Amino acid sequence: MNQLNLPILSLLIFSPLIGVLFILFCGRKSHTMIRNIAMASSLGTLVISCVILYTFKSHTSLMQFEENVPWIAQWGVNYHLGLDGISVLLVFLTALLTPICILSSWNYISKRVKEFHIFFLMLETAMLGAFLALDLVLFYVFWEAMLIPMYFIIGVWGGPRRIYAAIKFFLFTFVGSVFMLLAIMTLYFIHKDITGVASFDLMEISKIIVAPHLQMWLFAAFGLAFAIKVPMFPFHTWLPDAHVEAPTPGSVILAGVLLKMGTYGFMRFAMPLFPYAVMEYMPYISALAVIGIIYGALVAMVQPDMKKLVAYSSVSHLGFVMLGLFALNAQGVQGALLQMINHGFSTGALFLIVGMLYERRHTRMIADYGGIAKVTPMLFVFFLVVTLSSIGLPGLNGFVGEVLIMVGAWSNQFMDRSIYFTIAAATGVILAAIYMLWMFQRVMYGPVKNEKNQNLEDLSPREIAVLAPMILFIVWIGVYSQPFMKTMEASVRDFNVQIEARFKASLTVPKGVKAIVISAPQQQLPAEEKVTE
Amino acid sequence: MKQYIWLIPLIPLLGVIFNGLFGRAFDKSTRSVGGLFACGTVLASFLMSLKAVVELSQMPEGARLIVNRVFPWIVAGNFEVWFSVALDPLSAVMILVVTGVGFLIHVYSLGYMSHDEGYTRFFAYLNLFMFSMLTLVLADSFLLLFVGWELVGLCSYLLIGFWLHKDSAANAGKKAFIVNRVGDFGVLCAMFAIFGVFGTLDFQKIIAMVEHNATVTPWFLGKALPVLDVLHTATPLFGITLITVICLALFLGATGKSAQIPLYVWLPDAMEGPTPVSALIHAATMVTAGVYMVCRTSVLFALAPQALMVVAIVGCATAIFSATIGVAQYDIKRVLAYSTVSQLGFMFLACGVGAYAVAVFHLATHAFFKALLFLGSGSVIHGMHEEQDMRHMGGLAGKMKITFATMLIGTLAIAGIPFFAGFFSKDEILWKAFSTPLGEQFGRTLWMVGTAAAFLTAFYMFRLIYMTFSGKPRWHEHTHPHESPLSMTGPLMILALFSIIGGWIGTPPAWPVWQNHSFYEWLHPMFSQAEHILTTMSLAHPHHIDHHAAHALETQLMWGSVVVALAGIAIATVFYFRTNRHEAVRRILAPVHFVLNRKYFVDEIYTWTIVEPGKWFSSLFLWKIADAGIIDGFVNALAGLTGAVGGVVRRIQTGVVLNYALVFVLGVIAILYFVVWSGV
Repeated sequence: MNQLNLPILSLLIFSPLIGVLFILFCGRKSHTMIRNIAMASSLGTLVISCVILYTFKSHTSLMQFEENVPWIAQWGVNYHLGLDGISVLLVFLTALLTPICILSSWNYISKRVKEFHIFFLMLETAMLGAFLALDLVLFYVFWEAMLIPMYFIIGVWGGPRRIYAAIKFFLFTFVGSVFMLLAIMTLYFIHKDITGVASFDLMEISKIIVAPHLQMWLFAAFGLAFAIKVPMFPFHTWLPDAHVEAPTPGSVILAGVLLKMGTYGFMRFAMPLFPYAVMEYMPYISALAVIGIIYGALVAMVQPDMKKLVAYSSVSHLGFVMLGLFALNAQGVQGALLQMINHGFSTGALFLIVGMLYERRHTRMIADYGGIAKVTPMLFVFFLVVTLSSIGLPGLNGFVGEVLIMVGAWSNQFMDRSIYFTIAAATGVILAAIYMLWMFQRVMYGPVKNEKNQNLEDLSPREIAVLAPMILFIVWIGVYSQPFMKTMEASVRDFNVQIEARFKASLTVPKGVKAIVISAPQQQLPAEEKVTE
Repeated sequence: MKQYIWLIPLIPLLGVIFNGLFGRAFDKSTRSVGGLFACGTVLASFLMSLKAVVELSQMPEGARLIVNRVFPWIVAGNFEVWFSVALDPLSAVMILVVTGVGFLIHVYSLGYMSHDEGYTRFFAYLNLFMFSMLTLVLADSFLLLFVGWELVGLCSYLLIGFWLHKDSAANAGKKAFIVNRVGDFGVLCAMFAIFGVFGTLDFQKIIAMVEHNATVTPWFLGKALPVLDVLHTATPLFGITLITVICLALFLGATGKSAQIPLYVWLPDAMEGPTPVSALIHAATMVTAGVYMVCRTSVLFALAPQALMVVAIVGCATAIFSATIGVAQYDIKRVLAYSTVSQLGFMFLACGVGAYAVAVFHLATHAFFKALLFLGSGSVIHGMHEEQDMRHMGGLAGKMKITFATMLIGTLAIAGIPFFAGFFSKDEILWKAFSTPLGEQFGRTLWMVGTAAAFLTAFYMFRLIYMTFSGKPRWHEHTHPHESPLSMTGPLMILALFSIIGGWIGTPPAWPVWQNHSFYEWLHPMFSQAEHILTTMSLAHPHHIDHHAAHALETQLMWGSVVVALAGIAIATVFYFRTNRHEAVRRILAPVHFVLNRKYFVDEIYTWTIVEPGKWFSSLFLWKIADAGIIDGFVNALAGLTGAVGGVVRRIQTGVVLNYALVFVLGVIAILYFVVWSGV
């Protein structure tokens, strides 16, 4: 079956549900018990993901640990899971952030503790499933399944305008996914027409190439769903509201993992399936990405609310990811993939820190702080490192991702004038320093103006435990990115090769034909381990 | 030692870890352990640097290069950057200056910071700076240089804002970082373009490719061409060549880090930091990083004479511009800050006329005398209980004999008085500007402006000395000035010694006695290629150099500049030495003085043309109008509309959302069906 002889991906996906099962039997009031179970269960998931990461073979772009059983046979729906270099780090990130979020909610979530942890673990299952699904229906199911727990996490445990935010989040995402569902159905029918085989399996569907003009429509439908999730300008307005209202763990998981669903969706589905549309839309998507970088940064700069500031900064950071992704070369795509991970750590940690401040002072307004550095020296250090990581300081993770993305985007061979996009994107480096350092200064530096800030407590051991793993990865990726780059290298190379090959094949589709069958997509044979020494 | 060059930057990092982890565990009596540990790491670094440079000097000239490739840092596709350090004659000079002056300033800080509650934090930052700066100068590639480049910026940010509770300090730190980021934007773009052309960011490889005119496949052509042809391609930017654009982008970074027009504005504000920081980072080492980078990429700049002219003009303009501001400042550290900006201008002037070795020489001598002057001013401030305004000083010569004597030496050095270090380097810069291959008229103008700046330098520096040390005391009550402890005066004396003898290893050819060119000989292999390119170019426009006449002319100019310096001192003496005559002049020239004292209002201009409009545009237009108004308004209107259609306006809940979505789905299915099945 796979190198472990275990349905380990299923184990991974559904391990959080074991925790849910135990929590169901707990009393409503036994908060500590519930928290411990949730923590244990998510740590178990983390252990499984570490085993996967450890046994993962980085020299091949083939799917690993594959599981494939018929699910709804008459419609060709399969329960097909698999993992490659594109998803492996995202899976690990999800498994790592979940226990961190649960630990961070220790004091923050005090009402309906039982329901919260049930929803949170369900969310983890859905996220892992979405990253591992290789069947379009299965992916769609997990994709939609993420929506429900997140909707409740915002709507029940959120701030004062939580209902508005939750509905807005739901509406935006749902409208997008409706289009995606339509595109999935269309693709299914086209595939059935051409091959006579009913299948939603990504591997099966990859065997056909859709006619260019249909690609444009289908890519647009998939792309809208993913662009909303990323979120790309101008589909981003749900994000600040959702972040501001969501409780800390909700914000962390939203920024850390859920947003990556959008960029991951582009990589896994929209881009390989519709390469002609990728080339056609490339200038527009790159332009929107660059607008997002600058616009997000400028709007972040003037936010009085820390969470909103971080939310808009996400728009800016994810703009970089999209720009790199559509460069379609090794540097751009690897940088984009790394930047997805980086953003999970940096922005996740930022939300954690804002949450810690909120727990102390019950305000997120920058103006209510000032001079905290003297009162809370530990917090100062952690906040500083995370801020610098978000700014993209060399030696920390953000820099590696951003530089690779811009190097890639600069020499994008598929688009004219790509350097202008890159130059514009590079101004984001200046703007990031402005909005982050200005915020950091107003919170941390200066005299303590507000009496209430005089006696703030410094970080507790639990809070240090929450932040320490984030800092570890922030520094590790920044100083020695090789282990991370290695996991994705082969898959990204194959991704780029496939897109170019399939683009050329798209041009050969005769007029009046909806699609053609191509020989099985050539997956790269396991290459010799590349030695850089 | 040759395999362990990488340890030189790494050792100070131990100090960061030590003081970072255990710093808070020390109390007032034991914390000097942290300070001594920090000094020890820098001393170790210095000794290792000495050993390494000695070994380097024993290698045959022309082959002096030691490379340590430590580990791969970023590898993706053909983009490959290692953590790799290289020691060559240029970085050798830099590491000796950085660790040598750095060590003295660490020792000085033991005394200066002894009463500060952030003692161990200070040393942790200072050690982090040493690590960053040494990484910068030892880096073997653009990207690793950029790591050091940004990290020294971080240290500068942290140390300017070291006194956390001061708003002005926090503002200054942030300003420094952001202004530097504007420059970094240029460096980033230049790096991308360089990688796009050369396919590598390694200095050695790039220089070799230029030397052999290797064939490259740049990003914008998709075919192979000789690299020189590629670099001389005209760009859409006014048709100037690609290499000129790259060099100008690099130079934008240099104007940020080395405080040149238009990005110099952060450096004077950076004086908010503790004085040892001003001496180490904002005078002796970090701010010279821009000069170092231009020298490191001298071959590229030599290919772009237009860019070189810009460098020379900006350097020269900055030299005179900031000198005029320095004339009208009263804060002792600010005078020194503007003087630093001005001296950095001289260094760029040297780079711009192709005299890279002289720029490095001035960098080294300046490191000695400017560190000395700053530390001396710190000693004054320390003795005067944190007073920085020279109007409240005066008559300190008797109270602080060592400080006075050493600062006087530093002042003579910067003023360009013969026998002192600054004379040799500054005079050679002016001569090189005069005789530049870039054009006779151009060179004369540069020389004239540079000489005027030198005159002002002598004037405002002696103004500083007189206002601080001579005349009647103008101290506040309860001020009891005292000489500083040995840990502070010791470094002053050592630096004073170097400010005297430091120049004797590179005398100008016109200097009559004790000729010694060892400094220039040492650096010769570093810049021979760039100089060769420049000479070949100037041969195309024959310049008729008569060596005999040139020598005579140089001697005349040299004595001329001595006279100019003496004139500056004389005028300062007339108006400031034990007299109030300058007050009368100030009243007559009140408007001029006002403009100079307020620094030509450049900060205000930047605030009202860039900062405030930027905030206003982002807040009102982007956020409130575009984001909340248009985009969100559209979304809310759409939701409201469907709500109305559904007949349920008030109770928008998931059920309604789903209904709406369902209608939506059906509509879209109809459209798609039409497109897919009938459109083909």
